[in-house]
Amino acid sequence: MSSFLNASVGRKFLVSISGLFLIMFLAVHLTVNLFLIAGQEAYNLAAHFMATNPAIKVMEPLLAAGFLLHIAYSAFITFTNQGTRPQKYAMVDQRETSSWPSRNMFVLGFLILLFLVLHLSNFWYNMKFGEMTYIVYGGEEVQDAYSLVTGKFVIWWYALIYVAGAVFLGLHLVHGFASAFQTLGLSNHLWYRRLTVAGYIYAVIVAGGFALIPLWFLVGNLAG
Amino acid sequence: MDIKLKIWRQKGPKNQGNFVDYNLTGVSKDMSFLEMIDYLNKKLIENGDEPVAYEHDCREGICGSCALYINGRPHGPGDLVTTCELRMTKFTDGDTIVIEPWRARSFPVIKDLIADRFAFDKIMEAGGFIPVNTGSAPEANSIPVPKEASDEAFDAAACIGCGACVAACKNSSAMLFVAAKVSHLALLPQGKSESGKRARAMIAKMDELGFGSCTNTGACEAECPKGISLAHIARLNREYLKEGFRS
Amino acid sequence: MSKLVSKIPEGPLADKWNNHKNSVKLVNPANKARLEIIVVGTGLAGSSAAATLAELGYNVKAFCFQDSPRRAHSVAAQGGINAAKNYKNDGDSVFRLFNDIIKGGDYRSREANVYRAAEVSNQTIDQMVAAGVPFAREYSGYLDNRSFGGVQVSRTFYARGQTGQQCLLGAYSSLIRQIAKGKVTMYSRRDMIDLVLVEGRARGIITRNLVTGEIERHSAHAVVLASGGYGTIYYLSTLAVGSNATAAWAAHKKGALFSNPSFVQIHPTSIPQLNDYQAKLTLMSESLRNDGRIWVPKEKGDKRHPSEISEDERDYYLERRYPAFGNLVPRDVASRAAKERCDAGYGVGETGLSVYLDFSRAIEKQGKGAIENKYGNLFEMYKKITGINPYNEPMRIYPAGHYTMGGLWVDYNLMTTIPGLFAIGESNFSDHGANRLGAGSLMQCSGDGYFILPVTIGDYLADEIRTPRIPTDLPEFEKAEKDVVEKIQSLMAVNGTQTVTSFHKRLGRIMWDLCGMVRNEDGLKEALNQIAGLKEEFWKDVKIPGTVGELNQELEKAVKVADFFELGRLMCRDALERKESCGAHFREESQTPDGEAQRIDSEYSYVAAWEYQGEGKDHTLHKEELTFKDARIQKRSYK
Repeated sequence: MSSFLNASVGRKFLVSISGLFLIMFLAVHLTVNLFLIAGQEAYNLAAHFMATNPAIKVMEPLLAAGFLLHIAYSAFITFTNQGTRPQKYAMVDQRETSSWPSRNMFVLGFLILLFLVLHLSNFWYNMKFGEMTYIVYGGEEVQDAYSLVTGKFVIWWYALIYVAGAVFLGLHLVHGFASAFQTLGLSNHLWYRRLTVAGYIYAVIVAGGFALIPLWFLVGNLAG
Repeated sequence: MDIKLKIWRQKGPKNQGNFVDYNLTGVSKDMSFLEMIDYLNKKLIENGDEPVAYEHDCREGICGSCALYINGRPHGPGDLVTTCELRMTKFTDGDTIVIEPWRARSFPVIKDLIADRFAFDKIMEAGGFIPVNTGSAPEANSIPVPKEASDEAFDAAACIGCGACVAACKNSSAMLFVAAKVSHLALLPQGKSESGKRARAMIAKMDELGFGSCTNTGACEAECPKGISLAHIARLNREYLKEGFRS
Repeated sequence: MSKLVSKIPEGPLADKWNNHKNSVKLVNPANKARLEIIVVGTGLAGSSAAATLAELGYNVKAFCFQDSPRRAHSVAAQGGINAAKNYKNDGDSVFRLFNDIIKGGDYRSREANVYRAAEVSNQTIDQMVAAGVPFAREYSGYLDNRSFGGVQVSRTFYARGQTGQQCLLGAYSSLIRQIAKGKVTMYSRRDMIDLVLVEGRARGIITRNLVTGEIERHSAHAVVLASGGYGTIYYLSTLAVGSNATAAWAAHKKGALFSNPSFVQIHPTSIPQLNDYQAKLTLMSESLRNDGRIWVPKEKGDKRHPSEISEDERDYYLERRYPAFGNLVPRDVASRAAKERCDAGYGVGETGLSVYLDFSRAIEKQGKGAIENKYGNLFEMYKKITGINPYNEPMRIYPAGHYTMGGLWVDYNLMTTIPGLFAIGESNFSDHGANRLGAGSLMQCSGDGYFILPVTIGDYLADEIRTPRIPTDLPEFEKAEKDVVEKIQSLMAVNGTQTVTSFHKRLGRIMWDLCGMVRNEDGLKEALNQIAGLKEEFWKDVKIPGTVGELNQELEKAVKVADFFELGRLMCRDALERKESCGAHFREESQTPDGEAQRIDSEYSYVAAWEYQGEGKDHTLHKEELTFKDARIQKRSYK
């Protein structure tokens, strides 16, 4: 097994498996976030459910491991690939032969990582370790995560950072989705095209969904 | 027509190279790209200069010798052509054409526009064959091969080993080359039994020789003069992973 | 005439090869491991031979001038490979294949060799399929065959339009496996420039390392040449630009007799020359003539667009002259007929050196889809090169030099007149007589390499088991190396004004005009004069830039072209000597009243084998008489 992971295809296997895991996580995360639009109580209850559900408790460290694995192996692959062309071309024209995101996955990944640091320190850290206010719904005391989040999204530049983060994520997914299946060998001539289309749709949903929320509150605040 | 050329000149494997500009007048639209370079070389020789060294042989797109990186693309503009099949009709009067050799750590430049693709043979040595000795073959029709499998094997086997996939890849990966061979043999009953081991061995050799790893950008498929599909890379991955979990 | 002992085994034709296999000497495995064999060239013949010899246990050193053995010119064969499997149940047999090759070669090849080539063809297909060659298959999963080259059975195995590349890759993969095992040492980017004889036996070669320019010595117990044909002597041909005669010519100068040098096949359907800088002619597969109709305008010098020339203004000259076979006459006949029309002033295109190949009727009758299915890739290729869409407008085609039937004389064991020097594939003369049938080249190359040479070379090597490794510091090696260095230096020293290519083009023109599709005595004598003059000019005025000790492509070319002057001379001599027309060799003096080739069996039923006598001296001619006991001798008529 060790020689399996030492080879390029084995390392990419880990990147794509962790990538697919993160893709699934995004769906859950987006679903919960969309409760923000449904209102304070709905969201707070959803967040509470996530924070207290034992299955999610188990998943949390796994998710962290998935992120680390994805980042570490992507970085490793990218850096080894850097050395493969010591003498660069004077002119490169890849406009017609490959997509921009596919060539810039590491850059996109890095931007997403920066965003992630901000995001975690804003919300996750505060919810876990910060001073939170509590509201009682039906006899149960629940964190008021809603106020924490919406409090940030009404700040215009904050909202825009979140929109940018969503766009980077979308671009990352445009390539990453089909690519993950391709690396796992779960693709052929026909399915690669289907997966690419599915990847686009998924990227639009995820990026659109995540971008919608800050914009909703920002616009709502400006209008209201 | 008149053409401005910017050509990589490099005396030998250990020398530093640089671009040299040439103004070439009297180029005909009828010429192939390589005939245009022949025409330049004739002028250079007659002026007492050294001609531009480049590789070519069959001049009909099948031997895989010709390998020029033209205006930022392996084998130049246009799809499904090798450099020798590229015609000057693709260019217009006054154009500047930048010509470089394939560039990759595993393809060292020997002279001018010649990059050594010796590494491909080394990858093949790692397992790009069916281990059958002459004389031990059974009657050819004793093992039927479904036509679809046979046709797909042919699609992969159409690889001419030119190296455009490596040249096009931002990671200088040889995955499409390796995939073409592994996929071709994996699809045939004659080569199926070894196919996981073959994938493991050829990938290990590819890595060892300094090619990068595949990030699925698809540039190789787009530039391959024989249109080898990314689907073969998926099959290579599949064969590799199956073997990985088996051993 | 003791020079030519063909060593044809006794017994009935069908038993000869088996009898021979049962009686040749064998070398035991331990002894094989002590013996070394050099194989020059890695096309289908060279690769398959090197791989098979290594599998047997010999130590092989293989050489090619390309960067990789996979690029040798066998790769370019399009149409297919023949075998007498009779999968179609259409009455094919080893005997019929044999008889077709003999007839196609116009009765100028050796019966026993041809029969053996037909016999081993079936094993070759088995071997290739086992090695992973993806031949075309039917929906049943079994191998498909097609008919090819005007024979009456379907016996051609094919892999779309690139059978050669697929067959070569099969042999190459076997070769690469032996390289990995250490049984073959591969020397790529090497030109063989000389052969080394020790005590009259072939013991090594001198090569030039094309990257460093170094002159190297390599020794072995036997040397196998698989260096291909010399069609590039015409400059423009369907061959790879790098194909050359240097290895074979070096062997010839060291004593190997050269046979039938003037037998050159001119392929009728190549894309005509488009400009003066053209380096090669692209072949369009012969299969196009199954549906295409060849014509020229009835009016001399008619320069109208083909669409403006009405049906009754067109001369479908092949259908007119050969009503029985029409557009499907053999290659040599079709080529000569095109030349005849163009020479008479009916040719089309700017140069007047081409004829139309028209698909309009086939498209009308069968539909565009059907034609696209059959020839789509060829139409695309034509369009890519000429910019003309053959679906709307007829193709223009013209003959081009293609394959050389002539080559080093070999006996039944494929050994030349130099002991220990073998020649296989296109580099020998053996199987195709005066004309080769379509899909016969891959068949012969692979038969020689996989199944014949590995057996017959044992007969020679069995007597060599006591010979220790040949040292390369023998005086013979030293002398050969010195000669090569001197030859190269004298080429460099000329330092004239004209490029090598300009000489090659002029030589090609002479050969094409005077020793090409049609020859006559005056023309051949004129050619001899012109070649002598051109050779002299070459050695006075050729310009080779750069230095010896580096990658120098002009020097590589110069070495090859220098040999072509001498070979060209011999081709003309051979053509002069053979005052009959046979196969691809058409002497104007020997034709029937209606302009067809007139073979003269009573005087010319022999293989010409030429012996080199030294620089500037005339070759001497040896003759191997041909007798036909089993083949049915017929007059070749396609009327």
